[in-house]
Amino acid sequence: MINTMECGVDAQSLISISLRKIHNSRTQRGGIKLHKNLLVSFVLRNARQVYMNEKYAEIYRMQQYEEVMTVCNEIQELNPLELAEDCEEQTGECCGSGAGTESASLCGALLPSSNQAAQPALLQTSACASALSLRADEGCKETDSSFYRSCCAEAYPVSNCEFSPVNSMHCNKTTVLDLDTHVVTTVENGYLHQDCCASLQHCCQGAQTPAKKRKVDFGYYVSEIEEVPDFTPCKRTKYEDCSYANSDHLDTSNISNLISIFGSGFSGLVSRQTDFEQAFNGQFCSKQALASLGAWTRAIVAF
Amino acid sequence: MAGVGGGNDFQWCFSQVKGAIDEDVAEADIISTVEFNYSGDLLATGDKGGRVVIFQREQESKNRPLSRGEYNVYSTFQSHEPEFDYLKSLEIEEKINKIRWLPQQNAAHFLLSTNDKTIKLWKISERDKRAEGYNLKDEDGRLRDPFRITSLRVPVLMPMDLMVEASPRRIFANAHTYHINSISVNSDHETYLSADDLRINLWHLEITDRSFNIVDIKPANMEELTEVITAAECHPHQCNVFVYSSSKGTIRLCDMRASALCDRHSKFFEEPEDPSSRSFFSEIISSISDVKFSHSGRYMMTRDYLSVKVWDLNMENRPVETYQVHEYLRSKLCSLYENDCIFDKFECCWNGSDSAIMTGSYNNFFRMFDRNTRRDITLEASRENSKPRAILKPRKVCTGGKRKKDEISVDSLDFNKKILHTAWHPKENVIAVAATNNLYIFQDKIN
Repeated sequence: MINTMECGVDAQSLISISLRKIHNSRTQRGGIKLHKNLLVSFVLRNARQVYMNEKYAEIYRMQQYEEVMTVCNEIQELNPLELAEDCEEQTGECCGSGAGTESASLCGALLPSSNQAAQPALLQTSACASALSLRADEGCKETDSSFYRSCCAEAYPVSNCEFSPVNSMHCNKTTVLDLDTHVVTTVENGYLHQDCCASLQHCCQGAQTPAKKRKVDFGYYVSEIEEVPDFTPCKRTKYEDCSYANSDHLDTSNISNLISIFGSGFSGLVSRQTDFEQAFNGQFCSKQALASLGAWTRAIVAF
Repeated sequence: MAGVGGGNDFQWCFSQVKGAIDEDVAEADIISTVEFNYSGDLLATGDKGGRVVIFQREQESKNRPLSRGEYNVYSTFQSHEPEFDYLKSLEIEEKINKIRWLPQQNAAHFLLSTNDKTIKLWKISERDKRAEGYNLKDEDGRLRDPFRITSLRVPVLMPMDLMVEASPRRIFANAHTYHINSISVNSDHETYLSADDLRINLWHLEITDRSFNIVDIKPANMEELTEVITAAECHPHQCNVFVYSSSKGTIRLCDMRASALCDRHSKFFEEPEDPSSRSFFSEIISSISDVKFSHSGRYMMTRDYLSVKVWDLNMENRPVETYQVHEYLRSKLCSLYENDCIFDKFECCWNGSDSAIMTGSYNNFFRMFDRNTRRDITLEASRENSKPRAILKPRKVCTGGKRKKDEISVDSLDFNKKILHTAWHPKENVIAVAATNNLYIFQDKIN
């Protein structure tokens, strides 16, 4: 590990200085000094190493930032109030007694227009599914949830357990809204539903409205995405097939894979793609997951 | 035998300074090598202009018992001229890289001098007699008409003013593709080696049209080059042993009895690098610029940019002694890289008894280390301290905090005044220090 602290010059300057020295050596009297140029090349290599490390770190940070900003921009285009009303309705209808108020308040808390400065990327949908991916399992692992939320903003310190009344059926639910397709997907017990609103269609009508608005946009995106293999957005039917076929074998670890993939953006996706495919028995589900990334795919194509 | 000063038994005094006083230094006058001969009576310097100047020590005279013999100019000659390699379109500098004396075998003196490509054997001889009374020549040298000669006479030798002649006796050329950095006369007094960046050749002093290549580290693909040879020296007593140092901070000892091509070393000396001190310039400062055997042949000394190390030939994994020359420069490596000072090649030398070592630094400072007492001293070669027999005051570099009186701060050091070449008399406490275009001679104070 090269200690750069003592050096007052950054790696880039050293690179340019070194290149200048090499260039000047060509016109020096007596011919090129092999020893000196060799030593200069070592400095060049060291500086390049440090520079590349810094660059990679910067690119990774920029990538994260771009993805986050992209999603945030999309969020801002949606009408938060509309979604809040839907959410309340859905809460009331779907979640039974006693839970509505809680859910509503929760929904309110989760709305982008609330006091939270930076809002999470993925939003409110139906009451059956929380707006954010609340990965509720036995352990109430907040870290994964917060990781998921943190793709756009700071994590919400929301305990999963609060939602247990909302998720009246199971604790192990994760809901994702694809900002491009506006397909709401719920992962329950590691089992990927196509859409929680498939069974509760009316709950999601409100949420679908924005989807209609953005249909055209998505069509545009689709054409871009087609250039990239594996990122073909999958149709719902296939999604269903995939989900139903693997109902019995999946555990919550797959959810965490999904969440972490979503959270870590493209680079995370690439690294975990194999695991993900294995988790879903190498089915189309990887493509599904990739397609669901929405903003991620745009970032990927742009890359 | 010799202390390094600072104690109560030894002090260095100014003796002489040779060279111009002008501030405006001509590049050609910059001294590039300094070497005493085996007896110490002769001191040779080479400069960037290709000239060799030899000083001879005057015999101690009874008239001036307090002053040791002074060194006066004995001979000056142009050893190398600038050349141009037309095939490669390269100019070959005339700068004298190294001078090495041969042991004296008769009245004449012989030395080897080398530039980047060619080694020359010079004979320096005296002429104090001249033949007079030639039959075919007039006194002024004009040829006589043979038909006009009526009688014959035997020429007689007449005394004349002493004339020192230097004549090239051998020219060893076309054996080095890369720049020669070292020459070293073998203890057999018949052979010598010459080293360039990638190869070492063994020559016989009498044969100029061929040499034996004994080390070749040139890789098959030059893009794989990772180190070069920086210095080489023959063992002072064992004519089959030599060492060469590399730019990676390693030293290889080779035995010519083992094989004709000594690519495989017999011993490999390397000190492991401290990973915590790794920086952009680690490779540069670890490159060895000089290697010298002790007179005893038991030890060798290496100089890298910041330190001097003494190695026991029987221990390869680390040096037995390490002396920091100017550690305060470690934090300045960036600046020194920008102004190219980090590439300066400092030499080092032993005293006659191997009890002390000396090397140069910046600001015309030079450092001496006593191996027995572990004391060290920093002295300065400057015209200000150039009164005859003036005692040299130890200098100190302030590395931080409040600067004391007579100390000099690191930022005030003049990096254009560098002492790269020093030499120690083989028997006495007389040292020669080359400071740019001036040669300083110091000796111990006569008690």
